[in-house]
Amino acid sequence: MKIRVIRFFAAAALFAPLVAFGQKNSCIECHIQLEDQLKAPAASFSGDIHAQYGLGCKDCHGGNPSQDDIDLAKDKTFKGSPKRGEIPQFCGGCHANASAMRIYNPSLRTDQLSQYWTSRHGQLLKSGDTKAAVCTDCHGVHGVQSAKYPKSLTFPWNIPQTCGRCHADKSLMAGYKIPTDQLEDYKASVHARALFEKKDMSAPVCNSCHGNHGAFPPSVTSVASVCRQCHPSTGELFTKSPHKKAFDDLGVGECEACHGNHKILNPSTAMIGTDDRAVCTQCHEKGSAGFAAAAEFRRELDGFESGFRAAEDLLAQARKKGVEVSDAEFKLQDVSTFLVSAKNLTHGLDKAEIVKAVSEGQEALAGVRASGEKALGEAKFRRQGLAVTTALLALFAVALALKIRQMTRVRRAAESRGGPHP
Amino acid sequence: MAKNIGQSIWKFLDERFMLSGLVAFGKKKTVPEHRRSFWYFFGGICLFLTGIQVATGAMLLLYYTPSIDAAHESVQFIMSGVKFGWLIRSVHSWTANLLIGLLFVHMFSTFFLKAYRKPRELTWITGFLLLVLFMAFGFSGYLLPWNELSYFATRVGTDIAGSLPFIGSWLKSVILGGPEVSQATLSRFFWFHVALLPLAALALIGIHVLLVQTLGMSKPIGERGTKEIPFFPDFLYKDALGWTVILVLVGVLCVFLPWEVGIKADPLASTPLGIKPEWYFTFMFSTLKLIPAHILTFEGEKLAILGFMAGGLLWMLVPFLDRRARRDERSRLFSWIGVALAVYIVTMTVLTYTLPKL
Repeated sequence: MKIRVIRFFAAAALFAPLVAFGQKNSCIECHIQLEDQLKAPAASFSGDIHAQYGLGCKDCHGGNPSQDDIDLAKDKTFKGSPKRGEIPQFCGGCHANASAMRIYNPSLRTDQLSQYWTSRHGQLLKSGDTKAAVCTDCHGVHGVQSAKYPKSLTFPWNIPQTCGRCHADKSLMAGYKIPTDQLEDYKASVHARALFEKKDMSAPVCNSCHGNHGAFPPSVTSVASVCRQCHPSTGELFTKSPHKKAFDDLGVGECEACHGNHKILNPSTAMIGTDDRAVCTQCHEKGSAGFAAAAEFRRELDGFESGFRAAEDLLAQARKKGVEVSDAEFKLQDVSTFLVSAKNLTHGLDKAEIVKAVSEGQEALAGVRASGEKALGEAKFRRQGLAVTTALLALFAVALALKIRQMTRVRRAAESRGGPHP
Repeated sequence: MAKNIGQSIWKFLDERFMLSGLVAFGKKKTVPEHRRSFWYFFGGICLFLTGIQVATGAMLLLYYTPSIDAAHESVQFIMSGVKFGWLIRSVHSWTANLLIGLLFVHMFSTFFLKAYRKPRELTWITGFLLLVLFMAFGFSGYLLPWNELSYFATRVGTDIAGSLPFIGSWLKSVILGGPEVSQATLSRFFWFHVALLPLAALALIGIHVLLVQTLGMSKPIGERGTKEIPFFPDFLYKDALGWTVILVLVGVLCVFLPWEVGIKADPLASTPLGIKPEWYFTFMFSTLKLIPAHILTFEGEKLAILGFMAGGLLWMLVPFLDRRARRDERSRLFSWIGVALAVYIVTMTVLTYTLPKL
């Protein structure tokens, strides 16, 4: 009986891994015992999205993982690891095959490979430059993760760093004669602030403008279309403005000319006008109609913006003094919308429209300012009220203290005389 | 003429309520006076603050709406649209917090002066129950403005109740009125706060004050003097002086630090980092956070909760456990237990606000 029990547990222990993992994988078993590069695939594959879908080493590399013997395991189906230049085709074996992908993820696109060959990376690879980025440079090798996973190399807030691994590498980029400051520039941009500080996943990253598998630097004509993906109303205003024809004639990239590309800062009123910080003076000389218009737009916006800042300050002061000003702050948001709208209207260069938006905003601003002043008045009233009340209470307290002292004296005097207290 | 009318009214009331007896009792009643008399005033101050709570709470009911769609807005309206609404709400919130703080002071001073000894055991027990009751007042009232902090703190608090062994899930569902903090929870908390708890508090305060009046104030052990002062007006005047000081303090707090409305609760939002319950619960909260996940084979958190319950029960039964004090003898052991408990509460409360990631 005892032997039968031991046999049972021995068999269970032997077959448990098979039950647990479905089938034997001699690739993992061997590679996990190796070191460095040969160990890495086995060590990181368990977290790979392919492993999660039940795929194993043989599905990419061929071979027979059920064999313990290395020669039998590396049978005639064994493909080994692809050369760098072969990687896109290697991955595309499945990812460009709609019927293969349908089994695992029917909604996943299968045009990555064809897009890749249209990309700058793909073109360079095709021309024999094996330093050009291939699938594994952006997705990793055996630890490939879904782009939805925050730790994935292709999750939105990791993309700038993923692209920067090559594009911020001066020695690697030297051969291509392209700058390496894009990553640093992007990190200083308003888009990066939205992504990293506000955690806004819709904020653009490298691939939003350049494409991902078909990544290519946008040409002068396509820059505007790229920006219009997120800023359609600004684009529409610009198209209607006299600037459109002028920019086209000069062959200047529309948005990029004033806002830059990777280091797009928060657009401020200072960009408009005639001083050194204004972008208008790049083209409009002193004495020209454009120069005068720029100065006028700036005056309109400056007046409105300074009023907005003053009202903002007023409400902040009132809040700091403890007065509830949520309603006024809510109305100030409406004013902010007018300000943003007025700034945006400068892309259309229509003075009447700008003046209209500013005057509507000023009207809303007057209400907020009145609320702010009322709140500050309330704060003053509260402090005065407290001073008067405290003075009265202090007077009462002093009177009480004096009365208590007098009663104590009388009582002690009575006690010292030996009589009862009064 | 006026004097005659006054006398008639007095006579009318006296015949029906036997007021002369009360006045005679007040005049005759004396209070012991000694080196530690100062600590006696905290009971009176707590009673005074309770009165303010009732008055301001009743006024807030005029505008507060106990609905998840309107609660936050109604509190915001009280703070900005109602004349002196900011003052009423701030007084209510500040005095609630001062009251709980002073209840702790009152309890520990009573403990260290051994005022719980025979025949004042029930005074101690009702006092302890009142502290628990006022903490429940604080917990239920905290949710009523339906802001982000109160919403998530309630979720954390009720999760702790839910982890109690055996009755946890039932208790949590009774408190919440469902599986999560919702309209049902707000309705329940409102009902607890304005109906059930005030009734219970009224009954307990009645018994507590009646016991204090009938049994009188205790003298600390070893206090040899027999000096007494009249309750009225001497002691009452001193009480009034304390109330005046508290009133000034509340006024300053309300004007310079009016109670915030906060951001409206969004049940779909993720829990903000560093969410904490109200300060008077933080010593328990920190303990639950710092205790190891497992102690021997027991779950640490459950063990801590059971420990608090057992500790609370023992603390309530101190008058029966401290036999030396019952014989009017000094009981150093209990004094040291009190010191240890006070140090523990203060340390854990401070740790909540100073330890990162707690």
